[in-house]
Amino acid sequence: MKQRLAVALEARPWIWSFAAALLVWIAIAASVAGHGAMATIAVALQFGTFYAVVGIAQMLVIAAGPGNIDLSIPGVMTVAGYLAMGMTGEVNSGLVLGLLVGLGVGLAAGVFNIVLIDALRIPPMIGTLASGFVFQSMAIAYSRHSHARPAPLLADFVSARLLGIPLIALVFMALTVLTAFLLRRSIFGRSVLAIGQNREAARLAGLAVRPSLALVYLASGILAALAGILLSAYSGGAALNMGGEYLLMSIAVVVLGGTSIAGGQASPAGLWGAAILLDLVVTMLNVLGVGAGLRFVVTGIIIIGVLALARGPEARY
Amino acid sequence: MAADNAPFVRLAGIRKNFGAVQALAGVDLSIPAGRMVSVVGHNGAGKSTLMQVLAGTLAADAGEIGIGGVERQAGYDVHVAQALGIRCVFQELSLCPNLSVVENTRVVHPGLGGFGWRRRCRALIVEALDAIFPGHNIDPDRTAGELAIGQRQMVETARAFTEAGTKVRLVILDEPTASLDADAASHLLRFTEAARAKGIALVFISHRLPEILGHADEVVVMRDGEVAGGGAARDFTEERLVELMGVVREAASEGGRTETSVGALRVEETGAAGRRLPLRLHAGEIVGLGGLAGHGQRAVLQAVFAAAHGRDGHWRVRGSVAYVSGDRQSEGVFPLWSVGLNTTVSRLRALAHAGIISLRSERTLAEEWRRRLEIRTPGIDRPITSLSGGNQQKVLLARALASAADTILFDDPLRGVDVGTKRELYRHVAEAARAGKAFLWHTTENIELENCDRIYVFHRGTITDEIPRAELSEERLIRASFAAGMSDATGMSGAPDMSGAR
Amino acid sequence: MLAEIRLPSASPRVLLPAAALVAMLVLIFAMEPRAMSYFGLTLLLNFALPAVFAAMAQMAVIAAGDIDLGLGPFISLVNCLAATWLTTRPVAGIVALALLVAAYAAIGALIHLRRLPSIVVTLGASFVWLGLALLVLPTPGGGAPAWLTTLLAVRPPGVPLPVLISILVGLIGWLLLMRTSYGTVLRGIGGNPRAVARAGWSLLGGRVALYTAAGILGVLAGLALTGLNTAGDATVGTEYTLVSIAAVIVGGGEFVGGIVSPAGAVIGAWIMLLTGSLLSFLDISTDWQLSVQGGILILVLGLRALEERPAA
Repeated sequence: MKQRLAVALEARPWIWSFAAALLVWIAIAASVAGHGAMATIAVALQFGTFYAVVGIAQMLVIAAGPGNIDLSIPGVMTVAGYLAMGMTGEVNSGLVLGLLVGLGVGLAAGVFNIVLIDALRIPPMIGTLASGFVFQSMAIAYSRHSHARPAPLLADFVSARLLGIPLIALVFMALTVLTAFLLRRSIFGRSVLAIGQNREAARLAGLAVRPSLALVYLASGILAALAGILLSAYSGGAALNMGGEYLLMSIAVVVLGGTSIAGGQASPAGLWGAAILLDLVVTMLNVLGVGAGLRFVVTGIIIIGVLALARGPEARY
Repeated sequence: MAADNAPFVRLAGIRKNFGAVQALAGVDLSIPAGRMVSVVGHNGAGKSTLMQVLAGTLAADAGEIGIGGVERQAGYDVHVAQALGIRCVFQELSLCPNLSVVENTRVVHPGLGGFGWRRRCRALIVEALDAIFPGHNIDPDRTAGELAIGQRQMVETARAFTEAGTKVRLVILDEPTASLDADAASHLLRFTEAARAKGIALVFISHRLPEILGHADEVVVMRDGEVAGGGAARDFTEERLVELMGVVREAASEGGRTETSVGALRVEETGAAGRRLPLRLHAGEIVGLGGLAGHGQRAVLQAVFAAAHGRDGHWRVRGSVAYVSGDRQSEGVFPLWSVGLNTTVSRLRALAHAGIISLRSERTLAEEWRRRLEIRTPGIDRPITSLSGGNQQKVLLARALASAADTILFDDPLRGVDVGTKRELYRHVAEAARAGKAFLWHTTENIELENCDRIYVFHRGTITDEIPRAELSEERLIRASFAAGMSDATGMSGAPDMSGAR
Repeated sequence: MLAEIRLPSASPRVLLPAAALVAMLVLIFAMEPRAMSYFGLTLLLNFALPAVFAAMAQMAVIAAGDIDLGLGPFISLVNCLAATWLTTRPVAGIVALALLVAAYAAIGALIHLRRLPSIVVTLGASFVWLGLALLVLPTPGGGAPAWLTTLLAVRPPGVPLPVLISILVGLIGWLLLMRTSYGTVLRGIGGNPRAVARAGWSLLGGRVALYTAAGILGVLAGLALTGLNTAGDATVGTEYTLVSIAAVIVGGGEFVGGIVSPAGAVIGAWIMLLTGSLLSFLDISTDWQLSVQGGILILVLGLRALEERPAA
């Protein structure tokens, strides 16, 4: 029985993040005596969606194997957010152009990263680090010209609720399900997971290694751009530091969610558990009236602690 | 030095379980000083586990460990073992690829610190290499990662015989010749006699039965975690060993074929590339790539594979190609996946509609190949890593066969696989060839070439001979391998072509 | 034997960044001849000290096959502690800094014992460092201990202080990691941990040693930054995470396999530092500094990739 439970848990690495999120939520609910406990979940879902979107991006990249990581996500978010807001020009009629330009930026960023990694053979970590610099400075330069607010329609969409649940949370949960399906059932998904486990074996097994990796970084760029656009719309406009915490958060939700940092395995559902968890922790600390400094300390310790407790001492080498 | 009547190592009733799996079920083993004991058995018979217990890298669950006439089982670990002069050359290469040969020597001698350690380590390893592999041609300042696999194995073996502080009393050689060419292997086997003369005890693990019978003093046969038999090596024959190991099947030559129906041309070398004989492969043919290891056979396989994917102009390849590597850890297995997913991964395109894989067809395919290749697993959903090495290799062959590729490239795929599994696989290969598949088969074991219809022999990247099976003889093979008649026919003194080794 | 005495500069991995550094210096000197003086170099390379220490700290972690994404905030925290406690309550300050080094050792041990990915643990730690820095010094301020500013104002004869210390740090790092026998074992752990463990070495000990070194070097980086800025700021060190990683990699190091070069890391730190100076001499808008820095990084790496791994 005990063994079967262990096997079941091992097959579902995302359970931990949901369990932890549940515990934190119970703690919050207890401290506020139940008042507004459901509302905290809705809020957590709202902010958690942004984490989850960059989480999907980072998860796809990390699943593609050792060394694969996208550190350009904050830069892409920022420059896409600025350009999308600027091109939209604060009117609904400009939305199509704004969105196209914003997502186009993400696409271009993905292509740029692929060129660095595939053609120039720069290690992804340093390549995306460098491209992140470039994107961020583009945002800085662009921010001199334009500081537009989001179009009303987009602003309404990102804060809309359906039965009390944030609409964008539902949209991106659907995207998460699609991602999970593609990873399991599509040739692309299988290829990514195979490459993540053993790149040379994947090549010799006849899988399309380079195109699969390229797709992964393309997807990451587009999703990061999407997150940047939605976050800008939600926050009333883009800001230069808006991507800052998302580098850390994108990786945190992936790993807390049960995806192996070593690659070859992905846990899409866990992204949401981790995203909600991280958001609820902030809520809890706010409830407790803790200052910003201590809030960072506690968040950091939770990330390390959950990781240390949830991961069994399985062989790493 | 231990008295002649007391063995240097005495293991009694050694038990070891891994979870529910019993790896060692009470094994007795004694190794006298100055003798070479060969431990043989299938993959998974418990040889490696037993050796890890002896080397102190794995603690036994129960049993007695006596070294040098003293009981040591309490607190016996790798430190104690090393202090007692026990060394081990493990099956997986255990050099640090980023360190030089000299620095790698330092790593295994904890006591060798302080000023001038570099000079001392260099002297030690160069001396050992010269003694064991004369004419080895290895620069001790090269990093291990730059060396060919055979050279790395040489360094590792030589390193085990270096002495700093503690005297070497026992060396465990776990398949020391697996990556060596015939020349280096014979140097090593000759050296074991010198080592024995100095009183060093040796454990020799190998799948090459002639090596064992020709060189070991004693043989111990293991089966299912127990000792199935043993005695003086001269009292054994290959058949007897195979029988004790639990494999009673057809002889090696059974895999060889009597008739060949040659079909359409599958692979053809178009670029000259400096080879005197152009390589050609037809449907239904099994063509061997022989010669000393690292002389360009692997480079040919890689080039053909690349050409099939449109990236090498020197080869014309018709039809699809699959690749089976003998280095399953780094080039074969997807360790997080089940047996089934590992089997079907090269066939996904045919299993999918609009990019979406049909799980039902996938299962059917995996089950079919599990059955056809008799892969020993409780089910295709079990992790591939739960399988023995030989069965994992079967899965890789199943992957290639299931891929429906017209041509299958073998890069020494049966390296380190036990005899029984090998014979099964020879049969499957012959069967697939009859059904029209073409095989290009690089092997480091000359006996395996008997399964081929024709053999191209390689020397320094060029083909020096083409031998039809009917004319295959050890003598002709060796002559071509060493390019006899050419000015540099001294084998090891010429630098092997490294293009095939990564 | 000739090959026995291998100078760090003999390694091809270090040659390319060294050439890039020389090219940058030549360009800077051509545009601004005054920079070629003792005083000019001191000014130009003033901030080399924190960058070099940070690069060496990162190198220690990368040598273990890990990566430290929390180094920048760690340096900020040291900066805040140095600007407050170390000035007003020196004993408490020293104890706090010693505890920080111990924390680094503990992180190394935790990563090893629980087999955690370093990237995420150090990421989590970065939150902790940032939070602690904000607790110690919520708003920028404080001052540097007098001895620290005096120390950094020393003008040694002939060679400017930042140059002297950079070379010294690189040399010591090279001796410890590349030449000593334990340094060799430490690199071996990055290359093939299992083999090193089988030879009887403690992997835990190795990782703790490397992380302790990283902690000490991180503290030194923070102290150097405090001496230069003469104030504390909880976010001042953020850029050093990326700068240090880039420095190690530009200097010939790799993320896996224990392949690092102390001399290269120092050169890499200088390159990262000088990109900023180069741009201001070229009169390029600060808006584009990051772009050009990234571009130079890509250029150096692209060249190395093409040089080392000819088309497959």
